[in-house]
Amino acid sequence: MTLALIAAVPFLGAVLASLAIRFGRGASAMAAGFATALALGLVVWQAPVVLQGQMVVTPIDWMPALGLNANFMLDGLGLLFAGLILGIGLLIVLYAHFYLAAEYPAGQFFTYLMLFQGAMLGIVLSDNILLLLIFWELTSLSSFLLIGFWKHLPEGRQGARMALAVTSGGGLAMIAGMLILGQIAGSYDLSVILTQKEAIQASDWYLPALILILLGAFTKSAQFPFHFWLPHAMAAPTPVSAYLHSATMVKAGLFVIARLWPVLAGTPEWFWIVATTGMVTMVMAAKIALFKDDLKALLAFSTVSHLGLITMLLGFGTKAAATVAVFHIINHATFKAALFLLAGIIDHAAHTRDLRRLGGLRTLMPITFAITTLASLSMAGIPPLNGFLSKEMMLEEAAQAVWLTPWAMGLLATLGALFSVAYSFRFLAHGFLGPVRHDYPHTPHDPSVGLWFAPGLLAGLVVAIGLFPMLTASWLVNAAASAVTGTPVQKTIHLWHGLEAPALWMSLAAVGAGLALLGLYPRLRAIWDAAPRPEAKTIFDAAIGGLARVARGVTGWLHDGALTRAAAIATLTILAAGTATFVTGTHLAGTRTMLPVEAVAAIPWAVLMLAAFATILMHRNRLVALILTGIVGLILSAGFAYLSAPDLAITQLAVEVVTVLLMLIALNFLPKETPVESTSWRRLRDLGIAGLAGAGATALAFALMTREAAFDPISAFHLAQSKPGAGGTNAVNTIIVDFRGYDTFGEIIVLGIAALIIFALTEAILRSPTALAALARGRRRDVAGDRHPMMLAVATRFLLPLALMAGIYLYLRGHNLPGGGFVAGLVVAIALLMQYIASGFAWSQARQRVDHHTVIGAGVLVAWAAGVGALVFGLPFLTSGYDYVSLWPLETFELTTASIFDLGVFLCVLGAVMLSLASLSRLARAGGEPVNPTAFDIDPSRAEGGR
Amino acid sequence: MEVLIALAIGLLTATGIYLLLRQRTFAVILGLSFISYAVNVFIFAAGRVQTKAIPIIGTGDVFTDPLPQALVLTAIVISFGMTAVIVIMALGAYLESGHDRVDMVEHEDDR
Repeated sequence: MTLALIAAVPFLGAVLASLAIRFGRGASAMAAGFATALALGLVVWQAPVVLQGQMVVTPIDWMPALGLNANFMLDGLGLLFAGLILGIGLLIVLYAHFYLAAEYPAGQFFTYLMLFQGAMLGIVLSDNILLLLIFWELTSLSSFLLIGFWKHLPEGRQGARMALAVTSGGGLAMIAGMLILGQIAGSYDLSVILTQKEAIQASDWYLPALILILLGAFTKSAQFPFHFWLPHAMAAPTPVSAYLHSATMVKAGLFVIARLWPVLAGTPEWFWIVATTGMVTMVMAAKIALFKDDLKALLAFSTVSHLGLITMLLGFGTKAAATVAVFHIINHATFKAALFLLAGIIDHAAHTRDLRRLGGLRTLMPITFAITTLASLSMAGIPPLNGFLSKEMMLEEAAQAVWLTPWAMGLLATLGALFSVAYSFRFLAHGFLGPVRHDYPHTPHDPSVGLWFAPGLLAGLVVAIGLFPMLTASWLVNAAASAVTGTPVQKTIHLWHGLEAPALWMSLAAVGAGLALLGLYPRLRAIWDAAPRPEAKTIFDAAIGGLARVARGVTGWLHDGALTRAAAIATLTILAAGTATFVTGTHLAGTRTMLPVEAVAAIPWAVLMLAAFATILMHRNRLVALILTGIVGLILSAGFAYLSAPDLAITQLAVEVVTVLLMLIALNFLPKETPVESTSWRRLRDLGIAGLAGAGATALAFALMTREAAFDPISAFHLAQSKPGAGGTNAVNTIIVDFRGYDTFGEIIVLGIAALIIFALTEAILRSPTALAALARGRRRDVAGDRHPMMLAVATRFLLPLALMAGIYLYLRGHNLPGGGFVAGLVVAIALLMQYIASGFAWSQARQRVDHHTVIGAGVLVAWAAGVGALVFGLPFLTSGYDYVSLWPLETFELTTASIFDLGVFLCVLGAVMLSLASLSRLARAGGEPVNPTAFDIDPSRAEGGR
Repeated sequence: MEVLIALAIGLLTATGIYLLLRQRTFAVILGLSFISYAVNVFIFAAGRVQTKAIPIIGTGDVFTDPLPQALVLTAIVISFGMTAVIVIMALGAYLESGHDRVDMVEHEDDR
């Protein structure tokens, strides 16, 4: 469980941080820090085993049928990344606590940060690539939230959107690539995939899978030509830039490349794609970095360049180069995260990050200056710092690589290193050296220890790794490189390789030329500013704008706000799909024997057909149309009874009554006639569409009914088990309350929610002055004089107990004979509605003791309790039980837990129907309908008018 | 009998779709009711129709398929809930806007 726990801790931390904000910003930071430290502790606890070369695994079956297992593993590479994520994460939490201004929601910030941390940790701990993909997408999402954290900044919002578009676009490609890889390997578990090198590289699908996976990795790790999102993501708060965009998230792409290195690397395709992309990215971004004035932009392009460097090393495909790549991942994370944090400190202190407005900070901010010197010299690759070690090793590997010619790669790598020296020194020189200025936007001074502690510690690591690489880093590098290459690696890291090593001379050349370049900076800058350059954001915005226009065009054509058009298009599309299937299929007539047509069925059928036709012709007269609809419903109810479905028959009947009541109330407010609006051509067209759809439905239904089912219906089981399994003889009812009880539970909740929506909408209407005025205007004057006739009131009062009894009877017998909670609820609702009709809603409601909401809630709770009852006995949710009870003087009768569930259904249906109709009636009262004090009365306004 | 049921399903569908293509809310609501009728009967018919075969144990030897019945029974009740929601939406829209058109835009060819 340990690994799953480690992956879960940051997510728990996210919840904790969002809760802890109630106790202040400090508490939120503490919660985030505590979770990070806990996860780090757990990782460190596992570390000794991993460093001995073993792999820690936590397999959890999730959906084995899909090959989706929540398997976690920790090997050397995972350990390295987990250490970076959590170690730097802890420093970032500390820094962020001091960095974030009080007006920004710190709780939100730490929640997002921990979400990201959990997602990132999930990537590096996943053993299953499908699980990895889920965490991968989560990093894109959480990084979107973090980049756009300062919602008021347009750059933040745009940068967040761009990052999301690019990285999740690549993520989509990677999903496809990973699925192909899993298909080739026959498993989605990395531990299996990593053993399938021959099969994967021999497959025809190797190249597509490689390209798709690399698209995902390159977009995430900001490789050329997808590098442009990273500088725009710098709109994020600085701790985010340091954490996501230098130390961790942008390395997720590298992680995947490294993770799959054993099975994907070693082919010419791999070398050409990966090494070339990495090299181009490294040189190009290093050159751009030199000309950036914004400290964070400079660092962003520098990050892109270093990511390119690591990609290039992995692309070489040799074990030695992969080892150097791993080492540089560590080194880059230390010095670059430190530099980002320092840029944040400078921004805080001087209120600007523009190198043209800085300079001379050396004496004003001595601590910051000292830390920056160490970190930026490491970035430049100056001995004895850690950046020097991995740069030397990188140059060594590049010198040995053959790319077009034996010397081209070495030369280009030196060129990259040269620019790297130049921009690193520019960062230092233009920021800190030179005379003290008097025009800073704010007088800078060193920050509190809370801010400089994190970069200080990282700078300490820069020095320690540089001086004692064997002691501080080689064990981790060896463990990670062994995991990447799949073979044990024992690399010895030296500061000094001797005079004959080509890397030394390449390095010296890079430093010399880099410093010379900085000396020539003003002149170079003039050339750079004059040269035209493609602006990535403009191109990206144009591309997105074009896509949006196309999407809008298509949507506008299909769905222009006209329901009629959307419905027509949907109908025709379904028709076309059905026709296509029909034309390409077989057309043999069905062989099933048909039922004979009896007069008792044929006559109501003819009435139904007439009523439906008449509805088409007379729908403009709304009352007539409603009556015709009711007739159709009643005949259907009779049809159900005829065709052996008594439960359906009574339910349809009851629903028909409440539906017609509902529509009558609605019609009271709506116009009584539908005006003629469409042209006869249009009516003909609609008739055509409707006719075609009807013909299709007829053909489909006929074809279905004249054939036997292709598979045996599963209901044989329900029929056989109805009595012994569920204790009821009514198979329809046992299916509803027992076999498919879970569905029914969902359905009554839906019904309850529908009623609540109606209530809420009514509330909204009653709050709108426009609607209230319309209601008052629409009040009818020509109504009958006796609104609540005495005869009706007396008769319904008399019927009430009988109707209630019928409802209870239907409920009780439902398990064995037609009936049940649904229809009982409807019948009782009708019984109550009759009182409402007879004496008015207001009068009746004044006598109502239990509110409808309570009835709905009680229904859901009772049904839930019936389900939970099974859990008490150790059975799955909603398992029903039954027994026979003898209770004198009654006959022996049956008690089932399903009838408790059915009681819930009953209550929920009753409450929902009553609430829906009562809500509508409230509109009438809002329209000024007077409330009667007695059970039967005449309309008072009418009485006055008659006088 | 199957022919009659199939024709009824077809006509109910056609009526429903014709009303759905009208431009006023009340017709559209009725159209949806007709489509629910058609769909319910269709699902019911998918269990193949039989007379005198009530799916209640002990009433005979032949039982019709109870599963489509159970599905349709809940569908009938749920469709009441949905109709009620659409009705109140239509009412709200009418009271707010003063008309009961369903289309947000006017087309040249809709005149």
